[in-house]
Amino acid sequence: MEMMPAEAHDRREGGTQSFKLRLRRYDPESGEAPYWDEHTVELEPHRSVLEAVLQARDRFDGSIGIRCSCRQAICGSCGVRVNGEPALACHTHLDAALSSSGDGVIEIEPMGNMPVLKDLIVDMDAVHWKKVQRVTPWLLAKQPVPEREYIVSKESMVDVTQTMACIQCGACVSDCLAMEVDPGFIGPAALAKAYRFVGDPRDAEQYERLNDLAQDPQGIFDCTHCFKCVEACPKDVNPMGQIMRLRRIATSDHGIVDQNNGQRHEAAFTGLIRDYGLNHEAELLPRSYGGPSWFGKFHPAAGKELLSSLPVIVKGVLRRKVSPKLAIFGHKIPAADLKAVRTIYDKVEGREQRYELNLYIAGEDEQPEPAIVAAPEGESVAESSPEGSNR
Amino acid sequence: MKVAYWPGCVSRGFTPELHGSMAKVAPLLDIELVELDRACCTGAGVIAEHNQELADTLNARTFALAQQVPGAELMMNICSTCQGAQSECQERLDANAEYRAHVNQTLASEGLNYEWNPTHPLTNKNFLWLLVEEIGLDELRSRVRRPLTNLRVGPFYGCYIVRPRRRLGIDAEHRRDNYLHEVIAALGGTVIDYAGMRKCCGFPIITMNKEASLKQAGRHLGDAVDADADCLVTPCPLCHLNLDLQQPLAEKTVGRRLDMPVLHLPQLVGLALGLEPQELGMGRHVVKPTSVIDWSTSVVAGAAA
Repeated sequence: MEMMPAEAHDRREGGTQSFKLRLRRYDPESGEAPYWDEHTVELEPHRSVLEAVLQARDRFDGSIGIRCSCRQAICGSCGVRVNGEPALACHTHLDAALSSSGDGVIEIEPMGNMPVLKDLIVDMDAVHWKKVQRVTPWLLAKQPVPEREYIVSKESMVDVTQTMACIQCGACVSDCLAMEVDPGFIGPAALAKAYRFVGDPRDAEQYERLNDLAQDPQGIFDCTHCFKCVEACPKDVNPMGQIMRLRRIATSDHGIVDQNNGQRHEAAFTGLIRDYGLNHEAELLPRSYGGPSWFGKFHPAAGKELLSSLPVIVKGVLRRKVSPKLAIFGHKIPAADLKAVRTIYDKVEGREQRYELNLYIAGEDEQPEPAIVAAPEGESVAESSPEGSNR
Repeated sequence: MKVAYWPGCVSRGFTPELHGSMAKVAPLLDIELVELDRACCTGAGVIAEHNQELADTLNARTFALAQQVPGAELMMNICSTCQGAQSECQERLDANAEYRAHVNQTLASEGLNYEWNPTHPLTNKNFLWLLVEEIGLDELRSRVRRPLTNLRVGPFYGCYIVRPRRRLGIDAEHRRDNYLHEVIAALGGTVIDYAGMRKCCGFPIITMNKEASLKQAGRHLGDAVDADADCLVTPCPLCHLNLDLQQPLAEKTVGRRLDMPVLHLPQLVGLALGLEPQELGMGRHVVKPTSVIDWSTSVVAGAAA
């Protein structure tokens, strides 16, 4: 028998290779606790994690549960976690999954934030679809509906196609950190869907939609801005970015003041930077509750909040973490610079319309690769860094 | 190396021990800090949420000021949130010449200009990235005077410095989302993995949904307690606010005693480089880093013996 080279001992005829899978198994109806199950499959490295799970099911255990349909990243059925990260099983190559595994075993689990029906199948109806239905996911057409088609700008349609690219796989829902502690949060997928209609110039109820989502304690202001959904999405929908745009249109365009301090917090923060150039934390909290002025702290809502935070504040002062002088007067940048900052505010906020660069529409300029050369002596803040590490 | 240094607001406000410890640590690593004291807040994502162009213009102003610092090799910050907010603005400014020109037009009244040069792009690095990529782990290791032997340290990264990966230049060659692990190990400490290490501290929603916010902080701290960490370390002062300043309230929310000290990155580095807990402002934390200080005195006593 011919000896195979050591490094290729698991290579097989036809380019296949051994991959070890660790599957999380659970059948809630069995009364048994979840457990891990390991199987070794034989496939080419460019094959998908889905194919590996299906092979394990066909060869070793017909009871393994996974949902799938199109097998080409279009239907959104096979959302799972691969090595702890959300992914479409059909869109994840085995070689990539192997390289991201901690111990050489590809670990496959069901998605998070949703109850498990069986093994890798979660209850999308109980969480994801219920939340999508919450945002009125259809067009409420402006009246009168034209006899033929609506005429809208190309740009506005390109804009909403980003959220239309969503395949409802639930990867973002699975990883949402706000939902992890607050299951009632409407969440990234449904709010991205909400933008689909808020951003549609044919929709008649932009204000009503935004007011509804802003006033809901588990609406747009419940997002923690953690970028998890941005990273999870296999289709570049950028759900968190859409949520920020919902906030921007609600507060800046419609002046909606919500009951969750969302608008007040934003106004307080933006106002404080205008006034001081730097954040003034001691003012930010009371203004976020009581309103965006120095008098905000005397509002009953601010008083209640300050009272509940008093033990924390006292401890901070006692530990010299916060000096009373700083807490009262804050810190400022030099007067000339503060003036320059205010000039920027006046100019930008004085525009009739907000000017917003959307890279999804505009795309990136074609740029030459940064050259890998040493910065000349005395050159300021420019550096030779490998591509991708320059931010 | 000389850097244009952006300390951020909170490091000079509610976490003054961060700015102070960075100033103490810098000379030990031959970093010359030229403070960008004319620059304003990055907006922490909130100004961008209000008006994207406003955030981009304010940060372009900071970049322009950094580019004026003679001889500075790069721009450095000590706040994950600043890094994330600035990287987001820089992404838009660098991607589109027309937009950059538009923003620069606003800056022109002050005589400032954010220059984009493809061969010398503006480099902006958190202290954590600078430690690994500019100073290097071997060099850092060689400067350690008091290795963190037997100190069990849990890393807490903060969202803005680990996501989104592409914008932050994280890939297989640049494992920036693993650098805290590498730095703790280089300083001689034991890295403690726990579920919440790359999750959200909850700070951004503290005024909107206080319970959810404190539940996040409490849960991650609890995970670290269960993993037997002696302390956490974070490169983000906003995370520090929720994890340390608010820890007594987080304890009430999750219904368990936590008592988990949280150190700023320069404090942990400073301890290993031989500085004393007091000069690193460790007495200023709400949760007293007693376990860490006990450890440092016993190490010193051990070394003397």
